[in-house]
Formats: sequence, C-alpha cells, structure tokens
Amino acid sequence: MTLVDTRTPDPKRLIPGATGDWEVIIGMEVHAQVTSNAKLFSGASTAFGAEPNANVSLVDAAMPGMLPVINEECVKQAIRTGLGLKAQINLKSVFDRKNYFYPDLPQGYQISQYKQPIVGEGIITVSVGPDRQGNFEDIEIGIERLHLEQDAGKSLHDQHATMSYVDLNRSGVALMEIVSKPDLRSSDEARAYLTKLRSILRYLGTCDGNMDEGSMRADVNVSVRRPGEPFGTRCEIKNVNSIRFAGQAIDYEARRQIGILEDGGAIDQETRLFDPNKGETRSMRTKEEAHDYRYFPDPDLLPLEFDQAYVDALAVGLPELPDDKKARLVASLGLSAYDASVLVSEKAVADYFEKVASGRDGKAAANWVINDLLGQLNKTGNAIEETPVSPDQLGGILDLIKEGTISGKIAKDLFEIVWNEGGDPKAIVEKRGMKQVTDTGAIEKAVDEVIAANPDKAEQARAKPTMAGWFVGQVMKATGGKANPQAVNALVKEKLGIAD
Amino acid sequence: MPMNELTKLTIAEARAKLRAREITSAELTDAYLFAIDEANSALNAYVAVTHDRARAMAKASDERLAKGEGGALEGIPLGIKDLFATQGFHTQAGSHILDGFKPRYESTVTANLWADGAVMLGKLNMDEFAMGSSNETSYYGPVVNPWRAKGDNKALVPGGSSGGSAAAVSAWLCAGATATDTGGSIRQPAAFTGTVGIKPTYGRCSRWGIVAFASSLDQAGPIARNVRDAAIMLKSMASVDAKDTTSVDRPVPDYEAALGGSVRGMKIGIPKEYRMDGMPEEIGTLWRQGIAWLKDAGAEIVDISLPHTKYALPAYYIVAPAEASSNLARYDGVRYGLRVPGRDIVDMYERTRAAGFGREVKRRVMIGTYVLSAGYYDAYYVQAQKVRTLIKKDFEDVFAEGIEAILTPATPSAAFGIADQDMSADPVKMYLNDVFTVTVNMAGLPGIAVPAGLDGRGLPLGLQLIGRPFEEETLFRAASVIEKAAGRFEPQKWW
Repeated sequence: MTLVDTRTPDPKRLIPGATGDWEVIIGMEVHAQVTSNAKLFSGASTAFGAEPNANVSLVDAAMPGMLPVINEECVKQAIRTGLGLKAQINLKSVFDRKNYFYPDLPQGYQISQYKQPIVGEGIITVSVGPDRQGNFEDIEIGIERLHLEQDAGKSLHDQHATMSYVDLNRSGVALMEIVSKPDLRSSDEARAYLTKLRSILRYLGTCDGNMDEGSMRADVNVSVRRPGEPFGTRCEIKNVNSIRFAGQAIDYEARRQIGILEDGGAIDQETRLFDPNKGETRSMRTKEEAHDYRYFPDPDLLPLEFDQAYVDALAVGLPELPDDKKARLVASLGLSAYDASVLVSEKAVADYFEKVASGRDGKAAANWVINDLLGQLNKTGNAIEETPVSPDQLGGILDLIKEGTISGKIAKDLFEIVWNEGGDPKAIVEKRGMKQVTDTGAIEKAVDEVIAANPDKAEQARAKPTMAGWFVGQVMKATGGKANPQAVNALVKEKLGIAD
Repeated sequence: MPMNELTKLTIAEARAKLRAREITSAELTDAYLFAIDEANSALNAYVAVTHDRARAMAKASDERLAKGEGGALEGIPLGIKDLFATQGFHTQAGSHILDGFKPRYESTVTANLWADGAVMLGKLNMDEFAMGSSNETSYYGPVVNPWRAKGDNKALVPGGSSGGSAAAVSAWLCAGATATDTGGSIRQPAAFTGTVGIKPTYGRCSRWGIVAFASSLDQAGPIARNVRDAAIMLKSMASVDAKDTTSVDRPVPDYEAALGGSVRGMKIGIPKEYRMDGMPEEIGTLWRQGIAWLKDAGAEIVDISLPHTKYALPAYYIVAPAEASSNLARYDGVRYGLRVPGRDIVDMYERTRAAGFGREVKRRVMIGTYVLSAGYYDAYYVQAQKVRTLIKKDFEDVFAEGIEAILTPATPSAAFGIADQDMSADPVKMYLNDVFTVTVNMAGLPGIAVPAGLDGRGLPLGLQLIGRPFEEETLFRAASVIEKAAGRFEPQKWW
C-alpha cells in the first residue's frame, strides 16, 4: 500500500513542541464484529455472553479433517458495509491463511483476506467540532479497504494456578477489518471518525458497535512529522476498546514521539498497548519481533465470487444512512444543520426522533428531543435505549400542546411527570386538572381581579405598554398556569386599553 | 464356502452371492477378520481392527439382505485408510501426534459407504499424514508388501502413502479399501501390489472428515482387486457435499455400466515427456505393450507433448509442503492427541511437535514454512503456482485436440526393499516415485493405475491412464481393456 497524503497541514490541528510545531498522522484499522447469527465459516452461534466453549463447532475447534464453509450472510453484511462506505465492491475476492501459533487460534492460522479483499477504496465524511464558535467542519477520510476474517478465541490466564484456559466461543466469529487511509490529523478527528464509522455500521445493522463487548475495536497507527515533511515512522497501538481511549492513546503517543524526536532520538516501528489506567502506551513487540504470517490463499476455499446484480440487490435494501438522513431532515423538516446532526449521530436517537416527528411539527419535535429528552438523558447518564419516556408518550405531549390543551410551560411539567412516573400524557392532564383554561369568562374574571387589586400598576401599564407582561404573569399565576397565555395576553391589553 | 475362498471373492462376486443369499455378510466378515488376525503381524496393514463393529454391521446387513433390501455395497467388508475420520474409532493418520484420537464424527466418504451397506473391518496403515511413497514413515511401522521377488525373501514396500490399503487388498485382508492420493498415494501403491487404484477428479469425493495433507491436491479414491470393484466403490464414495465447498455438484455416473464398453476410435495420447532417462527397460516395454493392447482394441494412438511435465515434481514439492505446513499447525497439543508438557506454551508446542511428528513430516513442514516465508514466497510458492497453471494448460491443450485419455507408466520402477539404502539416504530419490503421478494432482484430473504385467523378478508393474475432468468412465473403460489383456496378478501367499 502506497501512502498518499491527502490533507493540507492545518495550523489549528498542529501540536506545539519545544522546537516548533508537529503534525500527527493517524490511520485506523477497525475490527467490527459482523452482526450474524452464525460464525464466518461454521454454523456455531455468535451470541454474546454464553458459557465458555458453549458456541463451538468442530470447525471452530479445528478438529482434523474439518473444512470451512462460508456463511453467505456475513458476505452480504460486508457488501452492505462497503456500500455504506461508498466503497468499491470487489466481485472476486480471495481468502488467505495468516499463520501463527497461539492457543486461542485452534487452526494455527486465521482465515483472512490479504491481497484481494471483498471491499476496496471508499470514503467517510466526518464532522469535526463544534469549535469555539459552534461550527462543525466536514472532512473526508479515505477508506483503504474492508476485508472479512475470523476472530480468535480468548485465553483466560486467571482461572488456574499454573495453566491457562481457552474459550473458543469467539473463535471463528466474523470480523470486518476496516482500514482507513492515513488521513486523520488529530485525536478529535480520530474520535469523530470512530463515532461516525460506528454510526454507519449501526445504521446498516452490520455491526452492533458495542465496544465494551469487544464488538468493535481499533488498532491505531500514529506517527508525527514536521508539517510538510514526509510521513514519519509509525507505531501501532493495538486493540483500543473505547473511543475515548483512542483519543487519549493518540494524544499520549504523539507527545511521546515528539519528545523522542525533539531529544534527537528516532522512533522505532513497533506495536504498542494502551493502558487506560495509566493513560499511556507501552511497547508490546518491536519490528524485529514481528511475526512472519506466511500468508497464502486458503486451498479449502474457492475464491469468493458474485455478480453486480447481487450487489445491486443489496444496495436496494440498504437503509438511509446518517448523511442522507441529515440532508433530508434539513430539506423536508426545515431543521437546522446542527439539530439534524445531533439527531442523526446515533441511529437510536434518529429512530426515536422520527417516531415523534411522524405526523407532527418537525421543528417542535426536534426541540423536545434535543433539549428535553437528550438533555435529561445526559443529566441522568442514560442512553437513548434506556429512556423512560417513549416516542409515543413524547408525541402525546406534543399533541396536547398543538391542540392547545396545555401550554408549553405545563408541557414541561407533564414531561417531568411522565419521565418519573410514566403513564399516558392525556390521562395525566385530565386526572390532574392540568388542562389549559380557554374559557374567556374565567380568564376575564381573573384579569379583572388582578387589575382591580393593582390600580397603581394598571396606571403605569397604560403609560408603558410593556408593563402588560407583568399582568399576564400575575394572571397565569392566579390560574395555576392553566390559562391560555395568548388569551390572557389579549384580555389584559383589552382591559387596560392598550392597543395591539 | 471355505474362508480362504470367501476372501478371494471380488466385490462384484461377493455382492452377487450375498444378494442370492448363498453367503452371509457375517461369514464373509468373519473370514476377513480371521485372515487379518492371521496376517497382520507379518504384513502390518491394519493399525486397528474393529472386530465388534464389523460383526455388528455385518449382522445388520444380513438382516437387510434377508428382507431383500440393502445398498450397493451391502455386507461388503472394507478396510479404511487411517486418514478418514471414523466416529468413535482410531483415527491417527499414521501419526504419533494424534495419539488416542477418536473423532466424534464420520467422514463423508465413509458415511457414504456405510449408507450403502458396507462393513468396516478396521483402519489401515499409511505413511504419516500421507507423506511418503513407501509406508515407512508410519508411526506404526512399515507395511510389508504381500509380493516378494522370485526366489527372494526380502521384504518389499507396498508403496505409499496408501500402503496399508494396497497391501490389504492385495493380500485378501479386505474386499476393497479406501485410500487417498495427493501426489500418487493411490496409484503408486496399487502399481506396487498388482491392484487397481483410481484417483478421481479433484472435487469428485468430499474431503470432509479426511485428515488434510495438501488441501488443493488431496482426493479420496478406492483401491480394489480389479477395475469393476474400483468402479463399484467409487460410485459409493463420490458425492457432492455442502460441508466441502471444493466438492463438485455433478451427478455420480454408474461407473460399472461403463465397463466393457468399446474403446474403438478412442484417441489415446502417449506423452513423450514421460520417457524418463534411466527408466528401467522393463517399464518401457510394459508401456509399449499397453499401447499395443489399446491399439488392438481399436483405440487411436496419438503421440502428444506435455511440455511442462519436468517441472511438475519440483513444483509439487513446493505446493504440497506449503499447504501441509499450515494444515498441520493445528496439531499443537492444546485440544487433542499427544501433549508433551513444557515450561510454557511455546515449550509445550515444541516438545509436542518434536515428539509427535516423524522425520519426513518435519522435513515437509520445514520446507513448507520456508517456501511461504517473507522474501521466498514469490520465488517459490508463486512460481510453483504458475507452473501448476502451465501443467494444467498442457493437459487442456491435448484434450482440446480430441485426446480422451493419456497412457503412461504408473511408476518408474517396481516395489523396492524396505529400508532401501538409496531411498533412505536421499529423500529426492524417494520423491521421484511420484514422477508420473503428481502431474495429475497438480491438474486436478482423474488417473487410474491398472496392473499390466510383472517385471523380470516377478513383481507387479502398473500402467496409468489419465482422463479429462469428471470423465472417470473413460478411464474405467480403457483400464478394463488393459486388465482384460494383461490378466490378473496375485501374490504367492507366504504370510
């Protein structure tokens, strides 16, 4: 692979060193577990959290004479992902063996794709920001390739005094290795890239993106250079399992490399591990210790071939992806780009929003989802999946506002009640007498009373019409917030003799 | 019927007598078990004899036969090469590293045979992981060829790697045997023992449940006493298999029906490149004799050229070890078979594999690892694959010109002695045994070895017929012409 520099050094992304500015160059290899019921080459289940070695077939355990058979669903998922990354889909690809010995690799080789991957070059548009002015910047990050490969099992070193145990449940589970070009220039960009990639995978339903369950892990390649100079020597940070850690690892690693270079040293190409407890990377193996994997085409598997019609059929069934959804929300619902970005960033949020917005005012729905729902979730530290207020419930609240049954202010209280106690918003409003008072007689009475009780203020208001707001507030207070504010406003002005 | 007459029945003859209820599978099976128990200490053809299993299967066969039911091989006792996984029974590929391994699964080929009513007598000795041409690399010791040179008691090899299969068939220790062929492992031992062996087209038999040696070359086939028996067995062994994606979905023809058909007008190619320097004159004579027989039967003999033949053997000894080095990585002492404890995991691997693999297997794992290594891959493996493509094209070219079968010698010599000085001193000399057979594996074609005569010392020699992909019927037809002309060859019983 020839590395091509696609970016122009941007002063605001440079890292100041003791001897001048440095630019950090980042490339990512993301391992994304394919969402499928069965493994890549066997019928064993991929369910997470099973008893050790419960999901192991004869093939996964590499019993003598066993042969791999490709799981077509995994192939489809890889093609869907490739389409989602706007990438070239290779109609012919080849599975190779990557040979090395380890107890959790029963075959003694991993079946992977080396020279001819199923997916070639693609692109991800990443939004970086917001900056201090609240602006986002869209950058395009190149995808080098995506290939299918088997996951390894897991070695357990803490189960026995002198022995290690091996759990083969993951052995043979399908992974997509998604390799970016070295196009990322800061830890912010790297985090945004991972977030966007995860979002695309979740929209596509090809990977659940749960990094804490190991469904998505990143190998991060980091090097530094003086702006405008050729790429420096890189270090690969293996198996980073959270987006936050990826950012920390990059910042640490860039600083470490800058420190060495500024002291007149040189970077050794090596594989490193990130320690989240210490927030630092440490050497795992040097280039000299690197394996010779002896790749060669797996003779048990014919080349993987399908025609363009096969790809086209999958493209037709592809769901709307975040960028397209964002564009649609802006164009058809009139949302701001910022609001649309917030709503589409997570598929679950977008799904929630679209349910609420269906048949309702999009802007109002967006405001409520972003400010009230997401705000509250953020406060309680819960994910959208854990929301106590369902889209139907929030939609019900919006309907009550629209009908004029409740005011916006009462709606906030209603939201609190639904959040804490649940229930049907409409029934709650009935039961608790939260209905807005639109009966002009009752409002008129309240207005009259407030004016009569405050003759001084009434006098002032006639001279200074903006004072009318005080009367509106008093009337609202007197009616327990249930009066229709527009009606109150009109009546106050009328009674005080203020012209509209 | 006396026991020694029962064991002399061919599969076709036994089949007729079983169906006619003239004999039972139980007595046929007992006759074989008796013969094995009597002979095995001398011949070492079986590494495991499954007496109880054999008798139970025979009893079940007899019950089906009594009801007028039964499959194509109902009640026929067979020997199974140790490379095939047999559920609950010894399956060790002739290796120490698979000590005590009894799989929980049955290979597709043997499952096909049992579904057709065949009876399993036991597991047959073989070169370790099918790597060898003399059966001397087996952890269980060499198989002795039932044939001896005239006036000479010297023990000879039965060929390899399916030496146990060939010796057992030749010595009447089974009615027929399964075998596998990666570079000649069916055809060379068949030639050394006066038996018939066919390696079908790659993909004709499922490889599922066969311990892998070199996946792109391995193919199962039968060794039998005559062409008809080989045809009967292959029909049962062959099938497409969803568990082996390199198996091919084509109907399995009735090979037996092809026998006796005429070869009149059949264009048979004689490749000039198979006249090797230093080849014994007897081999050349035999070849000419085979040509004459086919010509007499009406075949059209055509001189052909397969120009890349000389590169086949070196290329084979790159491709096969490369695949083997990877296929054998799973024997690591972690999950099954032999484990020699060590200080740590790497030490355990090293001790286990050092103790578990024999010299020849280690040699090939090292060759294979070397040719796949960074910096050597392009020079060796990639080159060898290019040669392979050219070899395949050689055959395609002559087939495109109308050639239907190619006649060659099966081996460059007759059986040699066990612990032969020349062979043991020089592995390459041993590898030369496969010189006429490896091209067929490299091209994925079918090839049959059929006995055609005896050499001056009274040892059997075979001829090979190579066919177009999936045209095994042509080979059976041409082979039966040779068989008819040459007659049958049986060893003198000395064991």
